[in-house]
Parts: sequence; structure tokens; C-alpha cells
Amino acid sequence: MELFDLPLIWAFIIGFGIIMYVLMDGFDLGVGILFPFAPNEEARDTMMNSVAPVWDGNETWLVLGGAGLLAAFPMVYTIFLPALYIGVFLLLAGLIFRGVAFEFRFKARTSRYLWNWAFAGGSTVASFAQGAVVGTYIQGFETANGVYVGGALDWLTPFTVLTGLGMLAGYALLGSTWLIMKTEGRLQAWAYKITLPLLAAVIIVFGIISVWTPFVDDLVRERWFSNLSVIWILPVLTLLCAFQIYRSVRDRYEGMPFVATMGLFITTYLGLVVSRWPYVVPPDYTLWEAASAYESQLFLLLGLLFVIPIVLVYTAWTYWVFRGKVRAGEGYH
Amino acid sequence: MELDPLILSRIQFAFVVSFHAIFPVFTIGLASYIAVLEGLAFKTENPAWIKLSAFWTKVFAVVFGMGVVSGIVMSFQFGTNWSNFAQATANYLGPILSYEVVTAFFLEAAFLGVLLFGRDKVPAGLHLFAAIMVATGTFISSFWILSANSWMQTPAGFELREGVFHVTSWSEAIFNPSFPYRFLHMALASFLTGGFVVAGVSAWYLLLGREVEANRKALSMCLWLLLFIAPAQLVVGDFHGLNTLEHQPTKVAAMEGNWETSRNVPLLLFAIPDQENQRNLYEIGIPSLASMILTHEWDGEVPGLKDVPVEEQPPVAIVFWSFRVMVALGMLMIAFAVAGLFLRAGGRFARNTWFLQGLRFMSIAPFFAVLSGWFVTEVGRAPWLVYGIMSQAESVTPSLTGGMALFTLIGYIVVYAMVFSAGVYYLMRVLYVGLEDRHDEEDHEAERPARPLSAAHVPFEYGEEKRSTPANQGGH
Ligand code: HDD
Ligand code: HEM
Ligand code: HEM
Repeated sequence: MELFDLPLIWAFIIGFGIIMYVLMDGFDLGVGILFPFAPNEEARDTMMNSVAPVWDGNETWLVLGGAGLLAAFPMVYTIFLPALYIGVFLLLAGLIFRGVAFEFRFKARTSRYLWNWAFAGGSTVASFAQGAVVGTYIQGFETANGVYVGGALDWLTPFTVLTGLGMLAGYALLGSTWLIMKTEGRLQAWAYKITLPLLAAVIIVFGIISVWTPFVDDLVRERWFSNLSVIWILPVLTLLCAFQIYRSVRDRYEGMPFVATMGLFITTYLGLVVSRWPYVVPPDYTLWEAASAYESQLFLLLGLLFVIPIVLVYTAWTYWVFRGKVRAGEGYH
Repeated sequence: MELDPLILSRIQFAFVVSFHAIFPVFTIGLASYIAVLEGLAFKTENPAWIKLSAFWTKVFAVVFGMGVVSGIVMSFQFGTNWSNFAQATANYLGPILSYEVVTAFFLEAAFLGVLLFGRDKVPAGLHLFAAIMVATGTFISSFWILSANSWMQTPAGFELREGVFHVTSWSEAIFNPSFPYRFLHMALASFLTGGFVVAGVSAWYLLLGREVEANRKALSMCLWLLLFIAPAQLVVGDFHGLNTLEHQPTKVAAMEGNWETSRNVPLLLFAIPDQENQRNLYEIGIPSLASMILTHEWDGEVPGLKDVPVEEQPPVAIVFWSFRVMVALGMLMIAFAVAGLFLRAGGRFARNTWFLQGLRFMSIAPFFAVLSGWFVTEVGRAPWLVYGIMSQAESVTPSLTGGMALFTLIGYIVVYAMVFSAGVYYLMRVLYVGLEDRHDEEDHEAERPARPLSAAHVPFEYGEEKRSTPANQGGH
């Protein structure tokens, strides 16, 4: 009685969860990456305040993603995590440090510099690890009978280092455009100043990754070059977004740079998805092969259909409550 | 020496989960206590209740925050170290653990923020409602996680197809045979934890003569609660053990340190289990009492460890001693609760220095009891992960090497040591500052829903609580 193609529905849910996570935790990780370079301590206070109310809601999408993968696509969960064993540890350690830094930095006075480092270091390590996960996904996994059989550091290749750096640059760009939108005065001027160099870095790194990817994987090459079709609309859109960031920064728009950066992320993400579709554990397994049992997917879906709308409404409400500019002294503390 | 990924993964799992466990067990109990305080405050409008509630909400925020951070690690452990197990059990554990996260999220999203930051911003009734919802939420959360754990102890409602578990009945799987006992026992354990911590801290303030009225009320309330639940835990624990006898006889044999299946088995008070030679050294016991407790007949038959091959026996000494630690602490708790009843005459419970000092030390007892209880349950299940069906050795991630496991084990120990010593240190600061009103800190806290620790306005370092600048203006 398999009425619906549940794995497909779940692929959309998880796919949606991932891009939500990337966009939302992306900008607060980006603020962390930029933290050491901020003009002064007051700017750091403002930067942290600008993401303080929302960061841990953002991060819950990751936990939801982890548990959701175990429930809906256990094969993805049980191949990615062993393959990225060390990377996952770094990711979690990074997230722990920056998470507690949020709480303790505001309370600390003499030990504040330590929490500055915990915040910046944690954000940077976590972002790099996430980029490396994407790179590993493109690269594919060595499996036998649905089990990972490769080595501990197989994921660490020049290609994944590059995707890790790409993620750092991308998140930093999300962070700087977020700051343009949320701050004013000197800090905003600084954010304007660093955005264009960051954009250049993103375009260069993403460019190299795009050129390199087809050589890493045959399927991608075939998809992009043989059925030369609508697929090319995505990189075109990505470039348009990049141009839009450039223009809006040049003309000193406040909200547009952030929106355009989100657009850049979304189109890149879609490009990745269509390159790999329907493989979730490349090169061998499709989403239907990686799925859990029908009744298990259904059991959880019923609950999630009820909860996800609430979560979305709540998320929107939080952002609404904290709309507008953030100033140094009047933080939320 | 070859590093064994299995042993290292077990140590790592035990470490991260034990660390995680001590936070939720406290927050579950505390959440209910706060809900009760809020209810009293709402009904009587006595400022003492509000003061207590505001103070314990601060403590709650810090502990809850640490629970969340350590919980995130847990949700990835199954995949990194136990991927074969995750693959086989995903059809059941996946949805169940997801429901746990979803429940936690839902409550965090909707009600925690109101509880922590909303006292002056929402109507009193709504604030009370939020407190009740948060308390309910912690129970829903533990419902799912304990169902998952109980299913691994007493699996039910499934069918094995090609090495993968498929759920045939959700209700049988969720309400598996050991679940009701474990849930009740754990719920009482949480209340005991909350109760003894509140009692201990109140006792400490009373010894120092701080906020006597409120703390006296708190202590009296706790002692009434403990008087009922400490003995109740003994009864529930007994039933729990009988259930275990039915489903996991080997575990009970290890708890009793009993090697041969026999009648008139003594209750051992002391022994050193010698697994190599399959016997005990230096036994001291009460004749036939174990038979009586387990079968309710003096000459009842108690299963022995030798019923199963040596390689299917759990590490007996750990189970045997952990069980004794838990039960001994349980007895001590009953003793304190009863002593509290006797000291009520003339209000001596709030003045007797010995009693108050004792309570102070008892505030850490529940944490040891809870951890040793989990050790009994988890170590006693060895070598099985899914009891009788899937062993630990079959479950471990095939690609995992000893070096990798050692690296992350050390990594987690280092990270936790740093982060949690900061957390515990800060918690001590909150306790040290206490219930007293502090007008010197401005409240800039806008409605900011999802920030547990920020609900506590206490500076991080000592000796700074008199400063009037809000924390984020300092340091430039
Ligand atoms: C009896 C209670 C209990 C037990 C045995 C466990 N937990 Fe837990 N857990 C909770 C009770 C709880 C809680 C009280 O519900 C927490 C504490 C803070 C929170 O948000 O919920 C929580 C938090 C929490 C979180 C963070 C959720 C969030 O984002 O808010 C995760 C991912 C887990 N847990 C996962 C686990 C796993 C994988 C466990 C075992 C292997 C586990 N927990 C044992
Ligand atoms: C929260 C309280 C818990 C504590 C304190 C605890 C403690 C432990 C300990 C000490 C071990 C190691 C046993 C050994 O040495 O063999 C262990 C193993 C394990 N537990 Fe728990 N446990 C808890 C809850 C859970 C829950 C809720 C689950 C499942 C959802 C779980 C799943 C496991 C698994 C998969 C292992 C594998 C490793 C092994 O058996 O050695 N535990 N736990
Ligand atoms: C007073 C007498 C007590 C008895 C007779 C008792 C009995 C038991 C038994 C038989 C088990 C093992 C169940 C199994 O896995 O098969 C257990 C587990 C446990 N006990 Fe106790 N217990 C007592 C007191 C306490 C106290 C005071 C606490 C904490 C405050 C506590 C906390 C736990 C926990 C957390 C577990 C592991 C989870 C579970 O299996 O329920 N126990 N107890």
C-alpha cells in the first residue's frame, strides 16, 4: 500500500532542511569567521549581538537533519559519519566552543579574550568542516554492501580542502552582508569594505571548484556536458546574483547584498543537487536505495507535518521580533 | 599493543552519555519544581515563591544549556562509532530519536523563551502555562529516549529481515516490556535529583542565614516530597528488578553476584567477583534474602551467571558494585527523608546544623545514584546492544580504527573538560550570588526566546557582582 513515493518526499524535506541550515547558520558562522578582523571590541559586541537571539534556533536545523537522516535515509547517516569521522568530531567541537562562547563572553570581563577565540576558532573550524563534507559528497565514497570501507582520512584531499575554503569564504560573505543589513556607522562601513574582496574570493574559489568538479566525477561531467540543456541556467543565475551583490554594495543598498548572497547560495546548491540527482551516496546509491522502511518514513512524516509549520512560524516570528539595526550598548543583554 | 576500536568506542560512548545524562536528569526534576513554584506564586501571590522560582529558573537555564550542547554530540555517536548498529536499527530508532529532538525543539521554540525571559512581559497565567509546558516537555523528551533505550534492552514489535529490524507494531515496540518500569524509575530519579539539590542548596543558605523565610519554605516542601518519593523509588526499583529477572536473567545474576543457579541464595553485602575463576572472594551476605526479594519465597530459584557461556557474561564486578552504590544511596535518601519528618516538631529541620550539613552533601548523591543505575543497566546488558540479538562487536563501525577512536575519545574528554568546568564554575557563581534581590543590573533582556544561559544575570568572574554596567559594555 505504498501510496506515495515517500523517499522522494523525504528527499525534499531533508533537502529543504539542509538549505535552511546553510543559509541561517551560515550567516552566524560567517560573523564568527570575521570576528578577529573586526575594527574594535565594541564592533565585536555588536556583531555578536546581531546573531545572539537567533543562532541556536539556526543550529537546531542541524540536529533535526542528523536525526532525520537516521530516520529517513539511514544509509546516508551510516556512511557519511564513519567516512567523515574526524571531520565530524571537529565540526561538533567547533560548534560546542562557539555555542558556549555566546553565553559566557557576555558574562566574562577579564577572560573575555578567551571567549573571543573560542567563538572565532569554533566558527572557523565548523565552517571548514562543513565545506569538506560537501567536497566529500561530490568526491564520492568507497563502499561495499552499503557499508563504508575507506580509510580515516580519505575525505581529506586537495579538492575537499578547496571546498572547505570555499565554504569559509561563502559563509564570511553571508556574514558580512548580514552585518551590512543589521548594523550602521563604522561597523557597517567596514562590512561594506570587506564584502567586495570576499565576493571576489568566493567567485574565484567557486570557479575553481566548478571547473574541477567534472574531473573528480564522471557522472557530473556527463550531466553537464552531454545533455547540455536547461541545467546551465543555474550557473548563469549564480553569476547574476554575484553581479547583483557587486552592484548593490557599490550603490550602498542595505538589504539587497544579503538577499543576493542567499540567492548565490541557493543557485549553487541547486546546481549541486542536479549534478548528483538522484544519488545520495555517490557513486553507488540513489535515494531510493538509501531509504529506510516505508512504515518508518510514514510514522515520522506524520509528526513532522505537524511540527515543521510551527517551527517555521516561530522562526519567522523570532526574526520579526529582532528586526532592525543592532547597536553596541543596547544589546540584548 | 593493538588499540581496540570496540573498547575505545564503548569508553567513549559511556563517557559522552554519562556526561549528558547528569544534566537532563536534573532539568527534568527542576522543571517540575519550577512549575509548582509558579503555580503557588500564581495562587498566593506570596513574593517568596516568586523569588524562589526566579532563582531556580536561572539555575535551570544554565543546566539546560549544558544539556543541549552535550545532547548534540549524542545524536551523532550512533553513526560515527556504531554505524552497523545504526544501519540495522534505523527503522525503529531513527523515528524515535527524531521525535525526541522534535519534541525538545518544539518546547524550546515555544515555551522556554517565555519561561526564561517573559516574567514581566506576558500575563502571569501565560507564564505559569509556559512553566507547565516546559516541565511536560522534558517528560515527553525522556519518554522517547527511554523508549529507545528500553527497546534495546527488551526488543519487541519487530521482525528481522536480512539483518535489518523492521517495525511490525509501533505500540509494542514503543511500550516494550521494560519501558514502563524504566520510565517510572527514571521519572522518580529525576524528582529525587531535583529534590535533593534544592534541599541541599536551601540547607546551605539556611546555614549561612540567607533569605531564611524563602529557603525554609523550599526546604520544607522538598522534605515532604522526598518523604514520599524516596520510598516509592525502592518499590519501583524492586518491580524493575523483577521485570529484569524475567527478561534479562544474566543481568540479575551479575547484580546479585550469583554464579550458580540455585535456591536459598544470600543477599551479598560485600564480595569481590572474580570473573576469571567464576566465583566470589570474601563474601558477606544475609542468607536466603536474595531469593526472597527476587522470587518472594525464601527458597526461590535465582539464575546464575554460569547459565551462559563466559563470553556472554557482562563484566560482573562493575554491575555488582554499581548496583550496591545505587541501592545504598537510595537507602540513605530514605533515611534523610524520614529524619526530616522527625525533625519537623518545633521546626528543627531548618535549624539542626548536622541535618543541614548532611543535606548539603546529599545534593550530589542523586547524580551518583543515577550514573550507577545506568551503569547497571548498560554494562549489565553486555555483550549485547540489542539484547540477545545484536552484540556490541557486530555493531561497531567497520571502518573505525583504534587510532581514530582514541583521537576522538581524547578530544571529547579535553573539550568537555574545558567547556563544562566553565559551566560548572559559572553555576557555582549563580548559587553563590543566591536569591537576594540585586537592583544593580539593568534588564536589557528583550523578548529573546532561544537563549538558555542568558537568563542568568551573573558575571563570570568572582568579586564583580557589584558593577553596574551591563556586561556587554565592559571591556573596551
Ligand atoms: C531521561 C532523559 C534523557 C536521556 C536518558 C537522554 N536525554 Fe537527551 N535530552 C533530554 C533527556 C534525555 C532532555 C531533558 O529532553 C534534553 C536536555 C536539554 C534539552 O533540550 O532536552 C535533552 C537534549 C538532547 C538533545 C538536544 C536537543 C535540542 O536541540 O534541544 C539531543 C540531540 C539529545 N538529547 C539526544 C540524546 C541521546 C542520543 C541520548 C542517549 C543516547 C540522550 N539524549 C539521553
Ligand atoms: C542517559 C543515561 C545513560 C547512561 C548514563 C548510559 C551509560 C552507558 C554506559 C556506561 C555504557 C557502556 C557500557 C559498557 O561498558 O559496555 C553504555 C553503552 C551504550 N548505551 Fe547507554 N547510557 C545511557 C542512556 C542510553 C540511551 C538512552 C541509549 C539509546 C538510545 C543508550 C545506548 C547505548 C549504546 C548504543 C551503548 C553502546 C556501547 C556499549 O554498549 O558499550 N544509552 N551506556
Ligand atoms: C532504593 C532502591 C533501589 C532499587 C531496588 C533500584 C533498582 C534498580 C534496578 C533493578 C535497576 C536495573 C534495571 C535494569 O536495567 O534491569 C535500576 C536502574 C536504575 N536506577 Fe535504581 N534502584 C533503587 C534506587 C535508585 C535511586 C535512588 C536512583 C536515583 C536517584 C536510581 C536510579 C536508577 C537509574 C537512573 C537506573 C537506570 C535506568 C533504568 O534502568 O531505569 N535508582 N534500579
